[in-house]
Amino acid sequence: MKRNHLNRRDFLKGAASAAAVSTLPVTTVELAFADPAKSFSFAYISDSHIQHVKGDQFVNNWDRGLIRAVAETNMLRPKPDFVMFGGDLAQLGTKAELDHGAEMLAKLNYPTHCLLGEHDYYLDLGEYWSELYGPHWYSFDHKGVHFVVLNSILTHDEWTFERWPTPEQRMLEMAGLDNPNGSPFMVGEKQRAWLATDLEGVAKTTPVVVFSHSPIQKIYKGWNFWTDDAEQVQALLAPFNDATVIYGHVHQIQYNQIGNISFHAVMATAWPWPYPQSYAQAETYLPKLTVPMNRADPFHERDATGWQFINLETGRVAMTYQLNNNTDRTVAYNRETGRPEDTTFQSPESRISPQIHY
Amino acid sequence: MTKRTVIVGCAVVALAFGLVGYGLYADEFTDADTERWQGEFMSVVEDGRALWGSPDLGTNGVACGQCHPNAANTHPETYPKFQKQLGRVVAFSEMVNWCLINPLEGERLALDDPKMIALEAYATWERRGVALEPGKH
Repeated sequence: MKRNHLNRRDFLKGAASAAAVSTLPVTTVELAFADPAKSFSFAYISDSHIQHVKGDQFVNNWDRGLIRAVAETNMLRPKPDFVMFGGDLAQLGTKAELDHGAEMLAKLNYPTHCLLGEHDYYLDLGEYWSELYGPHWYSFDHKGVHFVVLNSILTHDEWTFERWPTPEQRMLEMAGLDNPNGSPFMVGEKQRAWLATDLEGVAKTTPVVVFSHSPIQKIYKGWNFWTDDAEQVQALLAPFNDATVIYGHVHQIQYNQIGNISFHAVMATAWPWPYPQSYAQAETYLPKLTVPMNRADPFHERDATGWQFINLETGRVAMTYQLNNNTDRTVAYNRETGRPEDTTFQSPESRISPQIHY
Repeated sequence: MTKRTVIVGCAVVALAFGLVGYGLYADEFTDADTERWQGEFMSVVEDGRALWGSPDLGTNGVACGQCHPNAANTHPETYPKFQKQLGRVVAFSEMVNWCLINPLEGERLALDDPKMIALEAYATWERRGVALEPGKH
């Protein structure tokens, strides 16, 4: 037991060397707004799925993912202006899970914005989450960019309010990704009306970035890699020169371009998901543009999980995936081709075998 | 030839045909048989599907389906195969056990445990129609 007894000096020495070896490659990134004063970056952490076992016990694996993302984000230089948390902080939406997750997120040294995932929502319809993080949808402006935060995981009223005998069962039915008793995600009419009003006052030359949990595009309905009213939301973004949607939920690298709108998915800190194409029994629509992440190595607990560092260079996104057990990847908007592209693997000849999913 | 001899002769021939027939027609199963067998199989697939989503298979509430919706990315069609992390060729069920012990923090199942058979039946059913590719990484 004695050898575990670190004194304060040993601890500080250890911490200093840990910081030295963990200096992140993103320190070299230059931001390039026309007006340098407006250049900025932010970090994106998502899908931590903090899962209560019993008493004060939580699934250690998922805890470690969030703890690591928070610690690494705190080491970023240049410092990000803020952190976005992309939803599914909890696994089954309980107070215990949300509190435990919120405690870890509170260690971030930056202003933090949050959005709702279905795992945070369907137990009490976001009531306790709201006590922690405020309104379910909102917008804010930062250095010339208009940010919109949506609750994209709503669904039909009948499913939400009438179908299930208890809130616990409703939560469990929505929590199973492949559960046929689930229901498609949607932004809904009320929120779309709010969004239309919110965007009315924004100049069409202002870069607009939308944060949502589900993709505001249709990839695979069976796992809710899908938003039912995606086209209506896209129509509201269509008039803007530079519109970007950043979404969680899918636990994997995805990116796409639809008209003027760029789409970027983020990794989970908890666990990776298969690409829908690897489910042999259903037709899916992974964007052709996407070069998949490497197939996960289950023997490395944090493989195919991570978090993101995002530059808003000239109003479009350059997203660097901070991958715990893999080489980091950057997907950045290419002004010449008018779409997001992987800066290393985009051309078919530069891809590697682990990126082939089947 | 007496009447008695004829009767005995016929009985012997009938018995011989009967025996031969038993051998010849053993596999002459009916649609009702295949329906029943398929039903037996599908009931085990259903058991497997329930176990796949069960929080009680391990000790920490984590279910197989959390990482493997519809058993995707389990690739039963590629086993047996070499797992570099285990250093040898393993069966699909050995990888299931690896998951039970590690992410689910549970106990291994015997390879002929009905639960193991059910998990394998479900994962394989979800990959039906995919060509067998033993050894593929």
